[in-house]
Amino acid sequence: MSEVAPVDDRKMTMNWGPQHPAAHGVLRLVMDLDGEIVERIDPHIGLLHRGTEKLIEHKTYLQAMPYFDRLDYVAPMNQEHAFCLAVERLLGMEVPIRAQYIRVLYCEIGRILNHLLQVTTQAMDVGALTPPLWGFEEREKLMGFYEQASGARMHANYFRAGGVHQDLPPGLVDDIAVFCEHFPKVLDDIEVLLTDNRIFKQRNVDIAAVSRADAEALGFSGVMLRSTGVAWDLRRAQPYECYSELDFLVPVGKNGDNYDRYLMRMEEMRQSNKIMMQCLAKMPGGPVCSADNKVVPPRRAEMKRSMEALIHFFKLYTEGYHVPAGEVYAAVEAPKGEFGVYLVSDGSNKPYRCKIRAPSYPHLAAMDFLCKGHMLADVSAVLGSIDVVFGEIDR
Amino acid sequence: MDLDALKQRIAQGLGGKLGNAAVAVNELTVECAGADIIDVLRFLRDDTGCAFTILIDVCGVDWPNRERRFDVVYHLLSITRNQRLRVKVQTDEETPVPSVVGVFPAANWFEREAFDMYGIQFSDHPDLRRLLTDYGFSGYPLRKDFPLTGYVEVRYDEELKRVVYQPVELVQEFRDFDFMSPWEGARYVLPGDEKAGPQKDAK
Repeated sequence: MSEVAPVDDRKMTMNWGPQHPAAHGVLRLVMDLDGEIVERIDPHIGLLHRGTEKLIEHKTYLQAMPYFDRLDYVAPMNQEHAFCLAVERLLGMEVPIRAQYIRVLYCEIGRILNHLLQVTTQAMDVGALTPPLWGFEEREKLMGFYEQASGARMHANYFRAGGVHQDLPPGLVDDIAVFCEHFPKVLDDIEVLLTDNRIFKQRNVDIAAVSRADAEALGFSGVMLRSTGVAWDLRRAQPYECYSELDFLVPVGKNGDNYDRYLMRMEEMRQSNKIMMQCLAKMPGGPVCSADNKVVPPRRAEMKRSMEALIHFFKLYTEGYHVPAGEVYAAVEAPKGEFGVYLVSDGSNKPYRCKIRAPSYPHLAAMDFLCKGHMLADVSAVLGSIDVVFGEIDR
Repeated sequence: MDLDALKQRIAQGLGGKLGNAAVAVNELTVECAGADIIDVLRFLRDDTGCAFTILIDVCGVDWPNRERRFDVVYHLLSITRNQRLRVKVQTDEETPVPSVVGVFPAANWFEREAFDMYGIQFSDHPDLRRLLTDYGFSGYPLRKDFPLTGYVEVRYDEELKRVVYQPVELVQEFRDFDFMSPWEGARYVLPGDEKAGPQKDAK
């Protein structure tokens, strides 16, 4: 007779997701637990995999643009920006100064959109319901600005290689200025609810604390890296567009835990708001897209009179433009961290390879590291704090 | 440190292990042999003049006409030197590339993805499973010879009361237009040219 080994009834394997309100999308976690202590986490991703990179290889550069809105769909234009920068670098294009300001303005709107969602849903993950209601009201206004510029609340498809698609409609600048004026007050209100809240602090302080060495080894970027005390922001370190002309501060954390990341995101929103106001004040007149006819389609009015414009229009919307052969890696400081596009061109009108480097991908990969030894209830708090969106992780 | 100086430094430190190194579009790309990748990345991380402490990305690129068809591309970032670097390694379907998880833990998922999408093998990887594709998926979707539409599609079967897989049926053929000008890029015989061909040879 064989002895049956005594079963340790504290050990269990738990499946979490793929549909779970705190998963921020579709994520399946397989967790090994010792009672309530997490011993190992194995995230299963790819439930939202749409083959974006494969699809982009079969589309022209212009047609590839909308796929970038659908990656991190809470801050769409920041993604488009990285792709535009990559294409522009290969083409060697200059972007008119007004277009640069419009791009920066909308990237900062994207940052606020993202952080409002992140901060408030993180609060919801640990039990508070009011912050999301307040935050989403502001997001709605910001999405209105997206709509006024591009025609779509979320999937904007507004940036183009060489600038932006259209100029801002009259009056929009004033609307955004009004928003910027009262937005800090909203942030104050949200902070009153959260910053000194006993429950919020108990759930976040010292949870998922990371050291600088670990953050670097795990490939962290953005807020996740800065929370460990590294002053690293691509807008400052490797300035693109007109960021070098703007005055803003980069908040840096101390403890690398959830609570630091919350505080930093709140401050980043205030700084973004400041950048937006500067953009509105400094934005010069002029063209919003490069004048290179071989890349930028002609204006509608020109096409009515000029045969050449008509030919360009026809060629650009069927064949598209050709990008010189080569490879380039362009990165922007997206709200979640470094969003990069590695573009390989073979000289044709379609990208040969377009690798999308999503910031929350390495962050989610570190879930096992971050949650080991924490309680089961902390998993959702950590997941909220590392700020994941599955559109960009699964691609 | 500008890119040429960086190139010098890497060439000195690595000696014979370094293959081609070139600066293009303001970016430095270095190549090395697949077997050396761990040593190369460890040097790039630990050397104080390089200090590439963050592995930004690992990805595959497929060049089916080449003898060793895959590139494995590593993107590195140094936050102390504010510098980026790209390291490239060539491999084929069978030859594994040593996994760099021991040097950069961040490589874990990136290598799993490259394996999933291209079938690139990584030796000594702690957990080389598929990552993004479906459970039970076969084939490597990002290879150039994998069709855009894939091979299988899913639907809910009312009788079996579950989701079933079946071969893809396209209502309309996938339209892939050839925009290359016949005067510049045609890789096929232009209609009518076949008649002229033999005559030219005869002359």
